[in-house]
Amino acid sequence: MSINIPVSGQSNEIYSLSVNGQVHQVKDAWIGESLLYVLRERLGLPGSKGACEQGECGSCTVIVDSKAVCSCLVMAADAVNTEILTVEGLGPNGALTDVQSAFLSEGGVQCGFCTPGFIVAVHHLLESNPSPTDDEIREALSGNICRCTGYGRILEAVRTVADQRRTNS
Amino acid sequence: MSTTSASTALRHGTLGTSASRPDGVAKVQGGFAFSSDMWADNMLWGATLRSPHPYARIVAIDVSGAYAIDGVVTVVTAVDVPGKLTYGLIVQDQPVFAAIGDTVRYSGEPIAAVAADHPETCQRALAAIKVTYEVLTPVTDPEDCIAGVAEQIHPDGNIFRHQRIVSGDTSVVGAVQVEGEYEIGMQDQAFLGLESALAIPDSNGAGLEMYVATQWLHEDRKQIADCLNIPEENIRLVLGGVGGAFGAREDISLQVHTALLAMKAGRPVRISYGREESFYGHVHRHPAKIWMKHHADLNGKIVKIESRMVFDGGAYCSTSPAVLINGITHTQGPYKCDNAIVDGWAVRTNNPPCGAMRGFGVVQACFAHESQMEKLAAAVGVSPVEIRLLNAMETGDRMITGQIMDSVAPVAQCIRETDAIPMPAPLENNADLRTIPGGTGLTAQPSNIRRGVGWGVSIKNLMYSEGFDDFSTARCRISNGVVTIKFATSEVGQGFTMLAQQIARTVLGVDEVILDTIDTQVGSAGSTSASRQTWMSGGAVQVACQAALAQLFDHVATKFEMTRSELEIDGTDIVDRLTQRRVTVSEAISEIEIDCTEEYHHPPTEDLDENGQGNCHVAYAFVAHRAVVDVDPELGLIKVVQIATAQDVGRVLNPLAAMGQIEGGIAQGLGLAVMEEIIVKDGKVRNPSFTDYLLPTFLDSPTVEMVFIEEHEPKSPLGAKGIGEPPCISVTPAIANAIRQAVGRELPRVPIRPYDICL
Repeated sequence: MSINIPVSGQSNEIYSLSVNGQVHQVKDAWIGESLLYVLRERLGLPGSKGACEQGECGSCTVIVDSKAVCSCLVMAADAVNTEILTVEGLGPNGALTDVQSAFLSEGGVQCGFCTPGFIVAVHHLLESNPSPTDDEIREALSGNICRCTGYGRILEAVRTVADQRRTNS
Repeated sequence: MSTTSASTALRHGTLGTSASRPDGVAKVQGGFAFSSDMWADNMLWGATLRSPHPYARIVAIDVSGAYAIDGVVTVVTAVDVPGKLTYGLIVQDQPVFAAIGDTVRYSGEPIAAVAADHPETCQRALAAIKVTYEVLTPVTDPEDCIAGVAEQIHPDGNIFRHQRIVSGDTSVVGAVQVEGEYEIGMQDQAFLGLESALAIPDSNGAGLEMYVATQWLHEDRKQIADCLNIPEENIRLVLGGVGGAFGAREDISLQVHTALLAMKAGRPVRISYGREESFYGHVHRHPAKIWMKHHADLNGKIVKIESRMVFDGGAYCSTSPAVLINGITHTQGPYKCDNAIVDGWAVRTNNPPCGAMRGFGVVQACFAHESQMEKLAAAVGVSPVEIRLLNAMETGDRMITGQIMDSVAPVAQCIRETDAIPMPAPLENNADLRTIPGGTGLTAQPSNIRRGVGWGVSIKNLMYSEGFDDFSTARCRISNGVVTIKFATSEVGQGFTMLAQQIARTVLGVDEVILDTIDTQVGSAGSTSASRQTWMSGGAVQVACQAALAQLFDHVATKFEMTRSELEIDGTDIVDRLTQRRVTVSEAISEIEIDCTEEYHHPPTEDLDENGQGNCHVAYAFVAHRAVVDVDPELGLIKVVQIATAQDVGRVLNPLAAMGQIEGGIAQGLGLAVMEEIIVKDGKVRNPSFTDYLLPTFLDSPTVEMVFIEEHEPKSPLGAKGIGEPPCISVTPAIANAIRQAVGRELPRVPIRPYDICL
């Protein structure tokens, strides 16, 4: 049953990933690594979280070529020639985005483990649907599990951002 | 939502305001370091080999195959444990690793651990370890243990605890009697932040530093030190960021294994569980069977309760004895009752080990008594609200343990305030599909859906019980004009770090409060469990700050020639009430060094005697829930529309955080009511994944309408009661009662499955 693929520093494949506008070379990696693993363990971007490893919880949500995906289900080596956006790349120069600010002001953060995935998913939602109804918010974010909040304050955060963007536009 | 305390006059960041979380910015930006984000130079990855059998004798273990794999550095088994071979919170009955000649007692029991250069190498190494088992027939029925017919599967026997409560006149017979046999399934805490620890050995090999996600640093350290046979002071335990806990991090999981690997390898080692392993790696909520019989007069006034409760503790003790006591001492619920006879058992089987989960035994008892209250209301012909108001407990009542209820007990007020919350709009025929049972699967016509309303009211003890002194410690330092607070209290997401800053700002009149690292370099805080940290660690931070303030006042009185006995904090000033002279706190603290470490202890409690009599609990909190649920009776699918709740919180210290605790607890109670269950067959977990263990999603979660009942608790240092557990307790029977009302079935078991409703 063993898979004879080298693990430790024995791969000759070098590939590049474009993450948050920056190109990273991935060297000496096992080719079977997920995008989530490479982001977290090789590229110094641990903001994306792993909580189920099978695409059920959304903690690892990143944007690949404008689509929200579970990075635990994407092979890293399969993400070459794409533009990857993670939670670390949302706010310019360390500033908070409106979504991040609203999660704080509305109480959408407790343990925070689901938070990066939610933040990415909410950005994605509001780009495709700037004025979602409550039911649309619930549906669009139903792939992101939160165990602490019961979602009430997260709903409030999304409403807040949608309102702010309407007012500002 | 309504609250009476969120005055706009309060200075932002002090008690009563929705202060900002100190960890908030890092958490929304992805920079917060959870224990699974920890990393060290030269770090190895660790992994655990687990038994596939629930009960088997280990004949041989051959680890040579693992060592033959490139990148594998170390393998540890039972023979590598230098100290105590077992661990456990109450009784140390769980082996660090199952040894040759001994048995594994649950499916998932650790046998070996490996450290290697890559997680994938670890998996290959585990696959290369050969374990020879003599497979045995597992003991899976708790009743066989009670009857004494099961094989004894552990030297300590198969009974963790048997306790009776005999109260008042047990010969009383009620004119009205209702009874039922109820069953509660095994729920998982399912925190999102998986178990993880990083151990870094000291260069001299004498000790180590460990970053771990836990609920109680000092207890972990004690157990690790015992197993490693090194002094506790040689281990510095630091809280790694904790992604939720809910009881699952009270017990040791990977702590000892990680430490053993690191010490043997002489290199940093991190173990991070995956989700499947997490289901095997921590204890769960006890599945329970509860028979209960209520005797009442013709008006519905309860005159006696009889009950028998059986908690399946699984293979190892964990906190089973304490869970049992919580269950049986809460038999009466939040209702007056003089006479009772209760028989409680917590037993050992080859099922997965069970221990703490939010609600801790009371969830099980409450499901039974609230199911009973619905039956009693129907039997005497009054409403669910009337039956509960008629029997509502009050301060001064004698409970079935003989303990006098000396907490604030606004049970009737919780019920009335909940009842006053407007009902949701009726289901429209053109309702959005996302809001109806079955959702966009379009399995139900709105016109076929039945709506039910159900009630649940609960009582929950706060803090540890039965004589345990679960004190907490805090340190307040003032140096160079900076206030720093230190404690070992586990921040698991609930927001204690935020509360600690609020307390310090309020007591000391400062805006900036630095929080020191949460580690074992200060005294124990006790566990972040039992709804206790606001009261206990909040109390400790308060007394430490007050002690520092007293020294500061001494200094100010001398230096600024103010009247010592007349000094008080007013906003960010120190004011002399006699002369009205003021000095700013920032000026007052600029030249003084103060360092105060204080402990906070709650009043002592007692063990129960053989009849279950004794002042065993410290304090209590109450809550009422009303559930509105839509049911598709054909497919048995449900949608919880609204939960209305009024909770006895004592005092709201942070409105947003309080709302978050209440909404989050309700979602977990909903999960137990209709979807969450670890399915165990023949001792094996059949659904150890988030694909098969269903958690409430955004779409499953209802609108929550809440009222805070604020009557300050005089016994509590901040006037507040713990609010973590109550929200998840009575919401489960409230939802069950709503479904029962909608479909007219008894439904004695949770989670209620579609086929319970429609077949």
